[in-house]
Amino acid sequence: MMDRLPRWADVVLVPLISLLLAAGISALTLLAIGASPMEALTTMVTGALGTPYAWGYTLYYTTSFIFTGLSVIVAFHAGLFNIGGEGQAQLGGLGVALVCLAVPWPHWTLALPAAMLGAALFGAAWAAIPAYLQVRRGSHIVITTIMFNYIGAALIVYMLVNVLRPKGQMDPASAHFPPGSNLPTLHELPGFSLIFTKQVPANVTLFIALLACWLVWVLLWRTRMGYQIRAFGKSDKAARYAGISPFKVTMVAMLISGALAGLMSINNVMGESERLLQNSSEGAGFIGIAVALMGRNHPFGVFLAALLFGFLYQGGAEIGLWTSIPIELRIVVQGLVILFTGALDQMVRMMLGLVFRPRKAEAA
Amino acid sequence: MSVDTETGRRATAAPPSGDVPPAIELRGISKAFGSVQANKDIDILVARGTIHGIIGENGAGKSTLMSILYGFYKADKGEIFIGGKLTTIPDSQSAIRAGIGMVFQHFKLVQNFTVLENVILGAEEGRLLAPSLAKARKVLAELAAEYELDVDPDALVQDLSVGLQQRVEILKALYRHADILILDEPTGVLTPDEADHLFRILQGLKDQGKTIVMITHKLREIMEITDNVSVMRRGTMVATVKTAETSPEDLAELMVGRKVLMHVPKGPANPGKVVLEVENLAVRDEHKVERLRGISLQIRAGEILGIAGVAGNGQSELLAVLGGFANGTGKIRVNGVELDLTGRHSDGQSRRAQGIAHVPEDRQSLGLIMDFTAWENMAFGYHNAPEYQKNWLLMDNDALRADTDKKMATYDIRPPIATLAAKNFSGGNQQKIVVAREMERNPDLLLIGQPTRGVDIGAIEFIHKQIIALRDAGKAILLVSVELDEIMSIADRIAVMFDGRIMGERDPATTNERELGLLMAGMGEASAAPTKGAA
Repeated sequence: MMDRLPRWADVVLVPLISLLLAAGISALTLLAIGASPMEALTTMVTGALGTPYAWGYTLYYTTSFIFTGLSVIVAFHAGLFNIGGEGQAQLGGLGVALVCLAVPWPHWTLALPAAMLGAALFGAAWAAIPAYLQVRRGSHIVITTIMFNYIGAALIVYMLVNVLRPKGQMDPASAHFPPGSNLPTLHELPGFSLIFTKQVPANVTLFIALLACWLVWVLLWRTRMGYQIRAFGKSDKAARYAGISPFKVTMVAMLISGALAGLMSINNVMGESERLLQNSSEGAGFIGIAVALMGRNHPFGVFLAALLFGFLYQGGAEIGLWTSIPIELRIVVQGLVILFTGALDQMVRMMLGLVFRPRKAEAA
Repeated sequence: MSVDTETGRRATAAPPSGDVPPAIELRGISKAFGSVQANKDIDILVARGTIHGIIGENGAGKSTLMSILYGFYKADKGEIFIGGKLTTIPDSQSAIRAGIGMVFQHFKLVQNFTVLENVILGAEEGRLLAPSLAKARKVLAELAAEYELDVDPDALVQDLSVGLQQRVEILKALYRHADILILDEPTGVLTPDEADHLFRILQGLKDQGKTIVMITHKLREIMEITDNVSVMRRGTMVATVKTAETSPEDLAELMVGRKVLMHVPKGPANPGKVVLEVENLAVRDEHKVERLRGISLQIRAGEILGIAGVAGNGQSELLAVLGGFANGTGKIRVNGVELDLTGRHSDGQSRRAQGIAHVPEDRQSLGLIMDFTAWENMAFGYHNAPEYQKNWLLMDNDALRADTDKKMATYDIRPPIATLAAKNFSGGNQQKIVVAREMERNPDLLLIGQPTRGVDIGAIEFIHKQIIALRDAGKAILLVSVELDEIMSIADRIAVMFDGRIMGERDPATTNERELGLLMAGMGEASAAPTKGAA
C-alpha cells in the first residue's frame, strides 16, 4: 500500500507536507519560548535568499550538501547505507591539503584537478576499508562507517598537530595554502561578479557539484556499472543469479561514494578556508543523508534538497546573528526538517496512502 | 441457477432434500480494487454436504471471493447467505462463528509450537492453558479416529511434513466447529500420495455432512474429487456445472475463453551428442548441511530431462550450482568443457558464456528485479552483451528497448509496454519475460525450474510449446518441476530426486504417477542401497 502513491504525490507532495509539518512545529517551538515565528522566517528568507550576497552563502552550503548527498545515494542504490560521509569528507580535506601544500601551483586551473584527485582518492580510500570488511567479513557497513568517522577525526587531529602544523602555530590547523591554489569565488569569476558584487564563499566548486549531479545520473542510469549497482541494491540474490559480483559492486559503489564525499572538501577546504582545520566537514556528511532521503535518491532531487538545506543553514545562521532567538534554535529547526523529511517520511506517506486509497488501492 | 445436490458419481450420506438450504449462497457479490474489478456480480450456490470446486486462472478473482467469504475483504455490494440465513462477515472471527473454516495455501502455523498448542491458539478458554489443552487433546483424538486425521498432538509443527501441517490446519478449523471448509490450492505442496490421503479425508468430511469448497487450478483434482465446479474468468462466474457432466477440456476452455491444448503435441526426441554431464555433484549449504549427495546425470542435445520431486529435495541447489550461484564439489561438463564449481569463474556470467541459460524457479526473487522495467529486465544477466552497449561506457538503452519490444511481440507479453515495471505484470507475463530473455539467447543448455508455477493455463501451453521447440532445435533442456503432470507431458526422461539424491530414472511413456510418487517419497531402488557411512 505504501508504495502505491501516484508518482507526483511521492515526489512533490510527500516532501512538501513533511516540510510544512516541520515548519509548523518549528513555529510552535518558537511561540513556546516567546519568539516570533514570522520574525524568524523573515530573517531566514532575507538572510539566505534576499540578496545575491545571501545567495552566495546559501550556494556555498548547497555545494557541500550536493557532494555528500550524491555520496549517500550512490551507495544507497547498491543497497549500502554509507554513514561515513563525514569521515570521508575530512579525509578528502587531508588529500586536498597535501596536494595544495606539496606543490607550488602556478594557477588554480592546474591545482584544481590535482586537488580533486587527492580529495577523491583519500575519500575513496576511507570508504574502501568498510566496504571490504562488509563484503569479505560481513561487518555491517553502517557500524564500520560510523566507526571510521571517529577514526578519521582522530587521524586528522594527529596529522594537524604532528605533521601539518607550521612551527610555532598554536591552533591545530595546517598552513595556509599558497595563493596559486586558491579557487575563485563567484565574486571573482568574470560575468558572475556583476551579480555577486561582494565577496562570497560560494566558489567554482558549485559548477563541479552540478556536473557531478549529471555524472552520477549518467553513472546510475546509463552505464553498465550503474545497472549492476542498481540491480544489486534491489536484490543481491537476483544479482548473484545474473552473475553480478557482490564484491565488485560493493567496492565500486563505495569507492565512488567515498570519492564524492571527499570531493566536498574542494568546496570548503580549498575554496573557503584555504587551509585544513579540525572537523572541516562541519556535519555536512550527516546532512548528506537527509539530503539523499529528501531527494528521493535521485541526483536532481539531491540538488533541490541541497538547496533547501543550504537555505536552512544560512538562514539559521542569520537568525543567530540578527535576532534575539537563541542560536540553538536553528539546530532545532534543522533537526525537525531532518526528522520529518527523513525519519518520519513513512508517516506522511501512510497518511497520504489513506487519502489516495479509495482511488488507488491494491489490485487483486 | 440451481445446483443439484445429487452427485451422480458417489454415494453420499443422505442427500438433502429440496428444502434444505444451501450451505453457502452468494448473490451479486462485487468487489473492486481501484479500477480493477476483481469480482463482478458473482452468484454462487454451494449445496450442503458437497465438495465444490472453484477454478480459474490467476487473477480470475477466486481468492478475492473466498476472502470476502472469510471476512478479509468487504464486498462492495452483494449478499451472503450461510445455511439460508443472510449473514454479514466483517472479519474472520465472524466467519468462524458462522461455521466457516479456511485452510490457506501458506499455512498459518506457529512453527515452534506443538500441534496441540497451534490448535487451541486463539481458542483458549480461561487464563490457564491446561484445561484447554486437555480438552483439545480429547477432541483431536476423536477427530483423528473419525476422519483419518492422525497427527501426534505433541509434535512440534516445525518437525512435521507439509502434508501433516496441512492436516493441522484442517484440525484447527474442525476444532472451531467449522461446517464449511474452504481450501485454497490444497495440493500445491503435496506429493501424489499425500494428495490422495487429503482427498480421502475430504471425502470423509463430506460423508459426515460437511461442505467443502476447494480452490485449485489443477483440473485433474477437480475431476477426481468435486461434485460441482464453478469456473471464474476475469472476475465473473462463467459457469457452474456438475463435475460428472463435464471434462477437463471443457473446463479449460471455460477458464481461458478459448480452446486450449491440455497436452502440447510432441514428437519423439532425437538425442544427439552429450551436452551436460554431471558426475558425483555434492553441495552443502551455509550450515554445512548436505543438500546434494552425489548427483550424476547426462543430457544430450535435443532431449528434455525432467527432474521430479517434492520441493526442497535438492532441485533448487542443483539449479543453483549449474547456474553458477552456489558452490559445489564434483564434476560438471558442458559440451566437454569442465565448469568451475568454486571461485571466480563459478558465476552466472561464466555460465552464460558457456552456453547455459537459466529460467530460475523463483522468477520474483531471482529471475527479475521487480522494480526494474521490462526492458531493464530483458538485459538482466546479459547486461554485458555487446549488442546492448553503445560504447565502452554507456549502455545502448534504445537498442535494448527495441529488442524488448520485439521479444514482447514474439512471446505475446501483455501489456506490451516495455517501460512498465516487472512487478506490474501478471505472474504469467513475468514468466514470459524471463522465458523470452533466456530462450532468445539460443543456449546449448537450458535450465528451467518450475516453468509454469503460478502461470495461467493459456501461458502454460505457450511455454510448453517453446520448450519443446527449443528441444527440437537440438538443445539440451533440464526441466525441474514439482508438477508431475508437467514433467510427464513434456520430459523425454524423468529423474526423481529425494533428499539430495536421484532415486531413479524412468521413461515417461512406461511409468505412472504411482511409481514416480513412491520414488518422490524416497521409496525406491536408491534408498535400498547403503548410504554413505552406513555400510
